[in-house]
Order: sequence, then C-alpha cells, then structure tokens
Amino acid sequence: MSQLNHEKATITERRRFLSLMAQSVGLSALGGLVWTGYIEEAKASPLILRPPGALYENDFMRLCIKCGQCVEACPYDTLRLAVPGENKPLGTPFFIPREIPCHMCTDIPCVPVCPTGALNKSSVSSIKEGKEKLDIFKAKMGLAVVDTESCIAFWGIQCDACYRACPVMDSAIKLEYRRNTRTGKHAYLIPIVSSDTCTGCGLCERACVTEKAAIHVLPNEVAQGKLGAHYIKGWEKADEKRLENVSQEVTTHTKRSEKKVEDYLNSGEDLFK
Amino acid sequence: MKSWIKTHRFLIARRLVQLSLLVLFTLGNVYGFRVLTGNLSASLIMGVIPLADPFALLQIFAAGATVSINVLVGGVLVWLFYTIFGGRAFCSWVCPVNIVTDAANWTRRKLFLEQTERKIWLGRSVRYWLLGLSLVLSFLTGVAAFEIVSPIGMLHRGIIFGMGMGVAAILALFLFDLFAVKNGWCGHVCPLGGFYSVVGRLSLIRVKHDHTKCTSCMACKTVCPEKQVLGIVSKQSGAILFGECTNCGRCIDVCEGNALSFGVRNYINVGEKE
Repeated sequence: MSQLNHEKATITERRRFLSLMAQSVGLSALGGLVWTGYIEEAKASPLILRPPGALYENDFMRLCIKCGQCVEACPYDTLRLAVPGENKPLGTPFFIPREIPCHMCTDIPCVPVCPTGALNKSSVSSIKEGKEKLDIFKAKMGLAVVDTESCIAFWGIQCDACYRACPVMDSAIKLEYRRNTRTGKHAYLIPIVSSDTCTGCGLCERACVTEKAAIHVLPNEVAQGKLGAHYIKGWEKADEKRLENVSQEVTTHTKRSEKKVEDYLNSGEDLFK
Repeated sequence: MKSWIKTHRFLIARRLVQLSLLVLFTLGNVYGFRVLTGNLSASLIMGVIPLADPFALLQIFAAGATVSINVLVGGVLVWLFYTIFGGRAFCSWVCPVNIVTDAANWTRRKLFLEQTERKIWLGRSVRYWLLGLSLVLSFLTGVAAFEIVSPIGMLHRGIIFGMGMGVAAILALFLFDLFAVKNGWCGHVCPLGGFYSVVGRLSLIRVKHDHTKCTSCMACKTVCPEKQVLGIVSKQSGAILFGECTNCGRCIDVCEGNALSFGVRNYINVGEKE
C-alpha cells in the first residue's frame, strides 16, 4: 500500500506531460495505421480510365486536387468525379466509355483547365512549326481490347461497327480480311487494334452491338504486356543493331554448362541407357 | 428585447454566403455559368482569379509533388486572406459541413441532450494531431491523406457534382455531432478546422467583449461551438484572441446586452487595453 502511495506522489508535471504525449502519439499511431490501411485500399483502382493527358496513376493520385474543373470543361459530360460507393478513389475524375465515351475534342478543353498539372498538357501536344499544339491523337487513356469469343465479326457476320466508330479509323482499328472456310465464299472482317495509335477514347466500346461490349477499353498498364530487352527481331536491321551494344557478360540464375552443343549431341550414349 | 432579425443577422448572413457559394459552383458545373468554377479544393473566379485550398496543397507537397504556379497563387491568396483578415472564418462562413453540424447542435439543444446524456470525452486538441497525421500520411502514402477521406470534400463535391453514398457519410457525421460529442466534428476532430485555427490565429477581425455591458446570462456560451474561447466573458473586456474562434458571430447575435461585437484587433497600441 505504501509503495502505491509513493508511486502516486512521484507523478510530477514533467512525468504527466510525458505520459500524455506518449498516449497521444500512441493513439495517433493507432489512427494512422487504420487510416493508412484505408488509403492503400482506396487508391488502388487498376481498372479506372482517366481523362486525356493524365499522368501515370501514382503521380496522378499525388497531384489531383479533386476540383472537378476537367469535369465542368467536358462538353459531352463524359468525365465525372468518383462518389462514395463507386469503389474508386474519391473525388477523382474518370469515365465509363460504354455510357459516355471520350469524343476526342481537338481543343481538349479538359486538360488546360487542370490547375495542378495532374492532366499534363505537353503529353497531349505535338510540336508543329516550332510551336506546341494540342493534339488529342497523342492521348493514351487506355487500349481497346477485343474479346474474340463474343465479337460477331469472328463468327463471320459482317459488323465493323467499332471500325467505323473509331476516330483514328484504319489505324487504331484495322479490318483484317480472312477467308471463311466454313462457307467457302465469304470473308471474315476481323477488327485488329493497334496499341500505337489507339487513344482509349472508347467510341468503339460505345458502338459495339453485342449485349455487353465485345471490344472494351482497359488502362494501358492492365491491357499491355512487356517483352523485356532480350527479345530482338533479327530480321529487322534496326532492331538487330541493338545486339552490338550487348555485353558478353551475361548473368544467369543457374550455372551455364561449359560444354558445347556438339559435345552433347556426340556423346549420345547417355540417350540410349 | 432585440428583434428576430437582430438576433439572427450573422446566422442569416453566414447561410447566405455558404449557400450562394454552393449555388454559384453548381451553376458553374451544370449550366456553364462561369462566375465560379471548380469547387472548394480549387476554383477560378470569372475564369481569371485562381483560388485553392492551402491545406490540400500542403498535403500534395507532403505527398512529394509540385504543382503549377496558378494553383499555388490560389492557395497563397486564400491563406493570406484568412491570416490577415478572416481568422477561422472559413469554418463558419464557407464550409458546408457547418450547416450540418449546426443543425446537429440545434437538435441536441432541443432534445436536452446536454442535460441528460452520458458524456463521451474527446479532447479539442485531437484536430491538431490529425492535422499533423494528415501530412505524415500524405508523405508515406503519396496521396493527399485527408482529402481522400474528407467529409467536407464529400459534401461540397456531392452538392456540386452528385452525392452518391456520400449521404451516408454526412448522416454519420450528423449523428456523431448529435449523439456522441457536442460540436464533435468541427470543434474537436476536423483537421481543416485545426489548420485554419493555426492560420487565422493572428487575424485582424475579432469578436470583442465589453464586460461592463455583460449580464452574465451565458447565452453566448450556449451557442458557441468553441466555448472555451469565451473565457473572458463577464470577467474582463477585450478581444477573443483564440485561433479556434470561427468568427461566426452567433454570440453577438444572441447577446441581449450588446456586450459582444465584431471589431478590428488593435496591433498598434500593443500593451494598451483593447
């Protein structure tokens, strides 16, 4: 009992301050952990389509101030701000092409109004006669992907709705003719998307005639793969040149065999055991 | 007795300012009426003068990004206005959440919850911890941390651009203020309120008290959302110098003896009695 009293008596102002601080910092850490957990979940929205000129998702999320000026500038009401309940980063602009696609205005009104630079003007501009001019065809909002199972062109039915809706017609979507061996006298008109020129505007997705669009826009990071530098087109002179700079020192995960290919082929006895 | 208008004049003025800002923003969005475009995070007046939320900008900086000069100018303009003149006036004159929390507080008085409820204790310094935490978390996650959870953003964006399930968030906030903690959000938790309390600490516009006229009825303390700032009431004359005072003027409205009024802080004759 006496010891307890003794402890009570030693709580000085300094001690009180320090323990209050410890509690506040501890509670802040607790709140911070919960809050961070929420943020990490909330900002991860890999399937969202951003306005033209948007920076890469991480940088975009860093910079977007959620003011909605791009949304107000959009004459087609394509863009809107994510509201609670949509499972998208709150207050950030996006569009759903099947509802309202991007109509690719040549003056791109949504980009110059961005106050923070989350929508980057120079990424949707090209240099013409020494001047930077807005060029919507440089936009990379996403990439159209065709589901060959549900696209009726792959059945042999003539459709080409997406092809005709495409503002970069005959470049972003080309029609490839293939012989229809089922009938023997018709052709397939197959839509083929080129990732070089597709802007991800989604006009094709909007135009698609199937119940759920057989062609749909995905963000580039989701839709595209990556080759890796070691694949080289040996039949293209320009690409073959990349070999010249390759060093002979190659690191491999497993030790390389010292033997030559011929050694393996000529010591064929092992094969017949 | 003061007339009804006199006992509500600052309340009416505040509602007019709050609502007309929202109406102008909404007109800007829906009808392309370009007096005020954007929202409270960043906007343009007449397509020329930029304004921006300095706290949102601070978080963006903490997240490791640099913004274009226009929005920076906007942020500085707002910051200077509240630092020099307005004090914490954003909270009571601009912020739409103020309407919600005032409604909760009014209902709370009508239900006599102050007299009957079990008190839940919450410190008024929580907001400053959350203010610091907002910046730390912005740095760690690379996203403006308060902006992504802010009910203020949900509400004003909701009114201008469409609400979605934000209604639920605002209802939760209302219930929190009504049944959990008196003035819980605006007076204890909101880091933006904390930010403007710090920013507006030295501002010129202040509520002043004349204790010779005071009848000690304490009506001012009943309505004040930050009643700790009214410590001098009935004791001594002077200006309310706390940064937490939102300059809402509700205390002036309800004061029957005209002991409270808006005034300009006296920086010139420092040391003299204001």
